[in-house]
Amino acid sequence: MNQVYQKIVDIIVDAKGIDPDTIHYSSTFKDLNVDSLDIAEMAMTLEDEFGVTIDLEEGVNTIEDLVNLIVTRMKD
Amino acid sequence: MKILGTGSALPKKVVTNDDLAGFLDTNDEWISTRTGIRERRVLSDETLQSLAERAGRAALESAGVAPEEIDCVLVSTVQAETLSPALACDIQPALGLKCMGMDINGGCTGFIAALAVAEGLIASGRAHKLLVLSAEALSRFADWTDRGTCVLFGDAAGGAVVGEGEGVEDIRFASEPRREVLCASTPPGNSPFAIDPAPAQYLKMQGQEVYKFAVSHSFRDIRDMLAAHDLAPEDVDFYALHQANMRILEAVRTRLKVDAERFPHNIERTGNTSSATIPVLLDELNRAGRLQPGCRLILNAFGAGLCTGTALIRW
Repeated sequence: MNQVYQKIVDIIVDAKGIDPDTIHYSSTFKDLNVDSLDIAEMAMTLEDEFGVTIDLEEGVNTIEDLVNLIVTRMKD
Repeated sequence: MKILGTGSALPKKVVTNDDLAGFLDTNDEWISTRTGIRERRVLSDETLQSLAERAGRAALESAGVAPEEIDCVLVSTVQAETLSPALACDIQPALGLKCMGMDINGGCTGFIAALAVAEGLIASGRAHKLLVLSAEALSRFADWTDRGTCVLFGDAAGGAVVGEGEGVEDIRFASEPRREVLCASTPPGNSPFAIDPAPAQYLKMQGQEVYKFAVSHSFRDIRDMLAAHDLAPEDVDFYALHQANMRILEAVRTRLKVDAERFPHNIERTGNTSSATIPVLLDELNRAGRLQPGCRLILNAFGAGLCTGTALIRW
């Protein structure tokens, strides 16, 4: 789970130039200025990284939502 | 098969992002940063048929081909003026044509699908010169209460006259059937025998899934087309991609590692006009004198199905 979280943080920091210390598990993508297509782009990287298919229609609003979605897929 | 001339037509009614903000909870900044779209053209007192006729006439004039030389009309459209007859037949009187005509629905990949059908008809000897058009009126089945989708679309027609010769070097298709990601339905009719008919539904789209599909599959298909012809990305002068979203175009371009000049776009003025985006863009490039003899293009479209189409062209 920590590995997934860290990868998401790394992607956001790289794409948005945000200070990693301002990103938290409960951060919403809206607060981080990460829009729906940024999330889709991030999902493609995460799918490749963790070998899962991420269905974003399930509602992903926070980093925690995305981590949980990927971890669930990894267990399937 | 060779492209002999091009034509296009846009409705006169311009709808800006600010116009949409007048009746939707949206604004220019939201739309433009997510899509690249500033305005789109929408049918008002014109018809889709009139657009197709204007585009067809322009293509014939560009090609220097007389109407009597055309022996087939193909029109790519998601929804023609009528269920029957085909738009490819309806436009013929205005253009002085009298030949075989049929509509093709390949979603946003429809123009490339129509080119492939034309290529087959020429190869079989059934046709020698064809008018291949795309005519789309997404304003008629977009949901104008859904700010997430209706802001994306516009109406347009575009096309080409094609004939025997060298030019279209390869056309390829791929699909990954996923109906739920992008779909619209027709009215159910009033058959007394239909049990629980599905109600009519405006266009519904899962934007993030379309983005993922478009970026990953367009990049893959272009890369495979280049490899099949032993070409490097920089060997192609123009990548004329389906104008669905500027963010998709940029994502594909950065993956190919080519400069922005090779990725022409007009989505900021037209919005997504389904299968008409590529022929309209092609016509604008042609009329601007940017398509010099010998230059190489890749056309690539993605859309409902889900499916993709890719064509390699030597101008």
